[in-house]
Amino acid sequence: MSGAADASQTNLAELSFEAALDELENLVAKLESGQASLEESISLYERGALLKAHCEDRLKRAQMRVDQIVESPQGVGLEPARLG
Amino acid sequence: MSQEPSNAPEFSVSELSGAIKRRLEDDFGNVRVRGEMGRVTIARSGHVYVDLKDANAVLSAVMWKGVAAALRFRPEEGMEVIATGKISTFPGSSKYQLIIERLEPAGVGALLAQLEERRKRLAAEGLFDPARKQALPYLPEVIGVVSSPTGAVIKDILHRLSERFPVHVLLWPVLVQGDKAADQVARAIAGFNRLPADGAVPRPDVLIVARGGGSIEDLWAFNEEVVVRAAAASTIPLISAIGHETDTTLIDFASDRRAPTPTGAAEMAVPVRLELQERVNLTGARLSRAMVRGLERGRIELRAAAARLPRPDTLFNAARQRMDVLELRFGPSLRNLMSIKGHGLAAIGGRLRPQVLRQDITRKQALVGGLEQRLTAAFTRRTLSERDALTRAAQRLDVASQRLSAALSRHIDLKSRQLAGQASLLEALSYRSALARGFAVVRTEKGTVVRGKAEVRPDARLTLTFVDGEVKVRATDGPVQASLFD
Repeated sequence: MSGAADASQTNLAELSFEAALDELENLVAKLESGQASLEESISLYERGALLKAHCEDRLKRAQMRVDQIVESPQGVGLEPARLG
Repeated sequence: MSQEPSNAPEFSVSELSGAIKRRLEDDFGNVRVRGEMGRVTIARSGHVYVDLKDANAVLSAVMWKGVAAALRFRPEEGMEVIATGKISTFPGSSKYQLIIERLEPAGVGALLAQLEERRKRLAAEGLFDPARKQALPYLPEVIGVVSSPTGAVIKDILHRLSERFPVHVLLWPVLVQGDKAADQVARAIAGFNRLPADGAVPRPDVLIVARGGGSIEDLWAFNEEVVVRAAAASTIPLISAIGHETDTTLIDFASDRRAPTPTGAAEMAVPVRLELQERVNLTGARLSRAMVRGLERGRIELRAAAARLPRPDTLFNAARQRMDVLELRFGPSLRNLMSIKGHGLAAIGGRLRPQVLRQDITRKQALVGGLEQRLTAAFTRRTLSERDALTRAAQRLDVASQRLSAALSRHIDLKSRQLAGQASLLEALSYRSALARGFAVVRTEKGTVVRGKAEVRPDARLTLTFVDGEVKVRATDGPVQASLFD
């Protein structure tokens, strides 16, 4: 396997949104170029589907939450923000 | 003149002077005084003597050499300053004076001058180097905000964040104005940086230090060295958003990005979720289209490859034709052989019937159609193995055909030789050999062989055939008188 193929084995869970989207876009460009063999195309497609799901998942779980730091002798903790 | 003796204790001059000195130093041990500088005298010793004054009073002051050397500006007569230090007396001449420990310019112009001086000094240290700037994360999970919990700034930031891309915000509440502001801001920046990556309080991916607009004095905390150093030391990328766009504070030079407003900081910190969603959708659609096109191309290539496979009957037509010719020429004598070879051929040919191959190809095409969902990759290998099988069959057929051809040749030779044998036998049995032994053949005029005298009419014309030629004669007698010579 080539180096590129190794990079594409990167564990999805550790992949940032940006890296996943970049990889997806590169992979689609390769697929669109028609230079990949059919077998290669299929693994590209499978990887692409996973990357797309990974990106969508990240976008879906975006949620606003606001906490406030409280300092105590034990260190710093969190409490719900009290904005005046 | 009589004088009542007093009970008041008597002091020596030195005692009293010492007591006054102690009292003054206790009560005015740390004072801050604002005034205009009078004449400035720099003694040869390096100490600086100066009068501070306002409209009604004058205060003598001294800066020892060490303090004077640490000044970041040149004290000049008429300059408005704020001096910090302690009052002390000079018992030798019954005077008191301010011993200056710190001297700062006062007023906007002086502040700006001081700011510029500080900026140059910190820049010389490399705190503002472009090489130190860190890139902001593309999509932060947690954003730390150092700002006042009250007022519009934090609300503006939160509002814009939730509009663009909702995130987890940690607010470190600080004073953003006044004496304590700089220390609190610096502590907050350092505190965020001290958070471990996997602790109970999540470590922010990016920091925003923000304050609303105000006068240069209001924003002064963000010019303080402790804040600038904390921002420069932050390993978490930091966005500064202090005051309005036209306000510049020193933290802006040390931060990784300077935002014109707190709202602008929120825009720098996160991308727009809807835009990302759109990008993911578009890319996903391109992925599907490219795959479908790839499959279609594969299908076309398969059809083309199938079309290039040689038609199976062409592989054995020539051989079969040759066999047909031989069969016609040699007939039943070859039937046996033909039937044996024919069976072999039929077995091979049967496997090679176009219909069977076509069915196979149709099945393969159906399989490829299935790939659109399952995307399995087997057919390329399968096509190759079919082609191999066909090639092997063709090779077998070739061998069989060569063997058949050789066998037929041998038979033709044999039959030719047999035919030659029969011809010589026939020759041996011919009447001509009898002529050679002295016999003759008698024929009538019509060529009919005459077998006895009864067949000879009187006066008949006859032909005698000898071994070396013919003689025409006339019969002089009827059947009774069969004399040849008369």
